[in-house]
Amino acid sequence: MTTTERKEHHGGPVTEDLVIVGHSPHISSNILTTRRMMLDVMISLLPVIAMALYAFRWHAAKQMLICVVVCLSAEALFVRLRNKPFSLSDGSAAITGFILGLSLPATAPAFVGVIASLVAIGIGKIIFGGLGMNIFNPAMVGRAFVMIAFAGFMAASGYEDAGLMVDAISKATPLNAFKQMGVVTPIPDLFWGLTNGCPGEISALACWAGGIYLCLRRTASWEIPAGMIFTAGLLGGLTDLISPSPVGWTVIHHLLSGAMLFGAFFIATDPVTSPLSPIGKFIFGAGVGAFTMLLRFFSGYPEGVMFAVLLMNAVTPLINSWTIPKTMGET
Amino acid sequence: MSLRLKGFAGSGTFPRGVHPPERKHFSNDAPIEPLPIPEKVLLPLQQHIGAPCKPLVEPKQLVSYGELVGKSEKLISATLHAPVAGRIQKMAVTTLPNGRHMQAISIKVEGDQLEGDALMEDIFGGDWPTDIADRYDPLDITGAIAEAGIVGLGGAAFPTHVKIVPNTMKPVDTLLVNGCECEPYLTADDRLMREAPRPIVSGALLAARSINAKTIIISVESNKAEAIEAIRRAAAGTGIKIAVLTTKYPQGSERHLIKAVLNRIMPLGGLPADVGVVVNNTATMAAVARAVIKGKPMTHRVVCVTGAGIAHPKNLLVPIGASYRHLIDHCGGLTSDIARIISGGPMMGFAFTDLSMPITKGTGGVTLLTHEDVKHSNETTCIRCGRCVDVCPMHLVPAKLAQAAKFRNIALAEKYNIAGCMESGCCAYICPANIPLVQLIRMGKAMVAADKKNT
Repeated sequence: MTTTERKEHHGGPVTEDLVIVGHSPHISSNILTTRRMMLDVMISLLPVIAMALYAFRWHAAKQMLICVVVCLSAEALFVRLRNKPFSLSDGSAAITGFILGLSLPATAPAFVGVIASLVAIGIGKIIFGGLGMNIFNPAMVGRAFVMIAFAGFMAASGYEDAGLMVDAISKATPLNAFKQMGVVTPIPDLFWGLTNGCPGEISALACWAGGIYLCLRRTASWEIPAGMIFTAGLLGGLTDLISPSPVGWTVIHHLLSGAMLFGAFFIATDPVTSPLSPIGKFIFGAGVGAFTMLLRFFSGYPEGVMFAVLLMNAVTPLINSWTIPKTMGET
Repeated sequence: MSLRLKGFAGSGTFPRGVHPPERKHFSNDAPIEPLPIPEKVLLPLQQHIGAPCKPLVEPKQLVSYGELVGKSEKLISATLHAPVAGRIQKMAVTTLPNGRHMQAISIKVEGDQLEGDALMEDIFGGDWPTDIADRYDPLDITGAIAEAGIVGLGGAAFPTHVKIVPNTMKPVDTLLVNGCECEPYLTADDRLMREAPRPIVSGALLAARSINAKTIIISVESNKAEAIEAIRRAAAGTGIKIAVLTTKYPQGSERHLIKAVLNRIMPLGGLPADVGVVVNNTATMAAVARAVIKGKPMTHRVVCVTGAGIAHPKNLLVPIGASYRHLIDHCGGLTSDIARIISGGPMMGFAFTDLSMPITKGTGGVTLLTHEDVKHSNETTCIRCGRCVDVCPMHLVPAKLAQAAKFRNIALAEKYNIAGCMESGCCAYICPANIPLVQLIRMGKAMVAADKKNT
C-alpha cells in the first residue's frame, strides 16, 4: 500500500545519493485515506447490522451475505471484462453490498438480492467507469431496479411473513401501516427498532449511533444528513400545523420511520454521488429531505428516500456548478 | 486550540487550512550558533524577485567583508555584498533548489575573517534603541534598506525597499510583522525572536516610520510561548501590539495573516497596501534595524537545519552563499534513513539533491525528511469527498482544478479560478486518495497561461 521506491543504504558514509526528490507538500495526513474511509463506513454500520440481525435473524444475514458476495463477484467480473486493475481491495463494492442487503426486505427471495447486486455494480457503477465515476448511488440503482421489476416482493406484502419467529416482522411496516390503514406505530418502537421494514432502517438509535461516528470521523459530511433531516422536519412540522394527521402521525414519526435516518447517514452521504462544497452538500441533503417528504405525502409509494436520493444524484453536477465557492479576495 | 484575539479586529485565525504535526522540537531548543566560515561562497546574481544584479567585481580582485559586489539599475532588485573577506573567482553558474539557473559570483575566502562570537556580536549585539525612529527621515530609511540589499526573509525574497517606502498612492495604517513561521519543522524565526527581539522591535519602529504606519503589530503563533514573551518584553513601552494567533497552516501567508489579525480581505491579485497594510517578516525587520542604525548590509541570515534526517538539528547564522553541504556537514551529516532534502519547509519547500547549491537570502531552513516522514499510501481514484474543499485556504475546489488539468479542460480550470491557487499544499496534504493535487494544479496553471499566450 505504501510507496515502494526507496534507495537502501549499504554501509559507508551517508550521501545525498540516497535522496529522492518529489513535489511539495512533502508530508501527507494519514488520518483519512480512501481505505480508512471505507473501513469507517463498515464500523459505523455495525450497530445497524446488529439490530438487523436481532430483528430478522437469519433472514437479514442471508440477504446481506447474498448482496455482499454478488457485489464483490460482479465487481471482479466486470472489472476483468474491462481489463481494468483489480479493485475489490478498495472496499467500495463490499459497502455497496452491505447497504443494498440492509435496504432490501429481509424476506425477499434470493434472486431479488442477486439481481439487485448485479445491477448495482454493473449498471450503477462499472458502466460509468468504476469507483469515483458513477453518477448515481449504485446501491440505490440496484434497489430501484428490483423495486420496479419485482414490485410484489418489494412492496408492502414483501415485508410481511407470517411464518417468522420474531413478532415485529409479521406486521406491516410503519409507513405502510399508516398509509394503508391509518395505524400509527408508537415512537419508542420506532426509536429502538421494534418494527418491520428494511433490515437497516428499523432502528433510529442504531442509525444515529453509526451516523454520528461517521460524521465525527468526517468520513461522511454532516452537512448532508443535517440538510436532509432539517428539511424533512420543516416540511413535516408545517404539515402538522396546517393539516394535522387525524390519527396522530406527526413529524417525529416521519423522522424516525422508514429509511429517513438510514438514508440520511448512510445512503445520501455517498461522497461520489454528492456535491463537493459544504454548501452544496447541505443543498443536496435538503433536496433529498424535501423529495422524500413529497413522495411520502403525494405518491403511491409509502416511502420516498430511494427515489429522492437518485433524483438529487442527477442534479449533483448542477449543484456543484451553482455552488462554486468565492475565492478568498475575489470581488 | 481556539482563542479569541482580544484588541484586534480579526479573530486570530482564518477559515479553513490544516494543522499538520508541528515537529518544531527537533530544533527549537538549539540556540543560534555561527556557522564556521566556509572555504568559498557562491552568490547567485538573482536571489530575489525582480531584475538580476550586475557584478561589480572582476576575477582575482580582493573584497572585504560587507563590500558591495553586485547591483542593478532597476528598482525591483537587491544589491549583493560579500559575506566574507576573500578573492573573487571566475564567474560560476548555479541552479537553485527552485530550479532557477543563473550566474553567480564566487568568492574564495582569504584573509582575516569575522567569525564566532565576534560575528554574532556584529550581527545581533550592541544597542538597539527604541526611541530614535523619529530621528530618521522616512526616505533615508528606504535608502539604507536599498543599499543593504535587504529582501523579504520569509521566503518570497521580494526587495524590501520597494515595500518600506513612503506611499502616497495607497496610504498605509498598519505595519504587520510576521513571526508566524507556520511551516512545520522550521524554527529560525522562533529562535531569532527569542534571542534577538530588540533588533526586530527597532526595525519595526523604523519601518513604520518610513511607511507612516500608525499601528505596529507583531504577530506570532500560539505555539511559540517563549518568543511571544521575549518580544513582549522588548516591545514594552513602544506602543507595539502583539497578536498571538492560532497555530494553523498557512497562518504566515500574508493574505491569511491580514485576515486573522485585522479582519481585512486583500483583493485577489492585489497587495497588502490595497487594504492599508505592509507585511514584513521578523528577520527582515532585524536586518532593517541593522542596515539603518549600523549601516551594515545584508550578509548573513539565520537558517534552521532540521528534521529526523540530520544528525544534529541546529539553527545557524549562515553567510549568504555557503553551500548546503557545508551546513549539513556542520550538523553531523545525514542519517542513514534520509529520504528527502528540502529547501524550506515540508509544505511549500523545494526538494533537491545537489548539495553544492548555495544558501540564498530567501532560505529560511533546510528540512531533512526520512522515509517514515514521506511515507504515503498509493494514489487512488478521487471519490469526490470534498476534503480538499474543506481545507483550501483560498476557498477553491482543488478536486475540480486537478480534474481540469488532467483532462486539459481550460474552460473548467478558469471557471473554477485556477489562478487563485497559492499552492499552499493543504489539499494534497489532506487528500484521502493521495492525489498529487498541487502538482496537477501547477500543470493546469501552465496550461492556462500557455493558452492565454496563444490567443
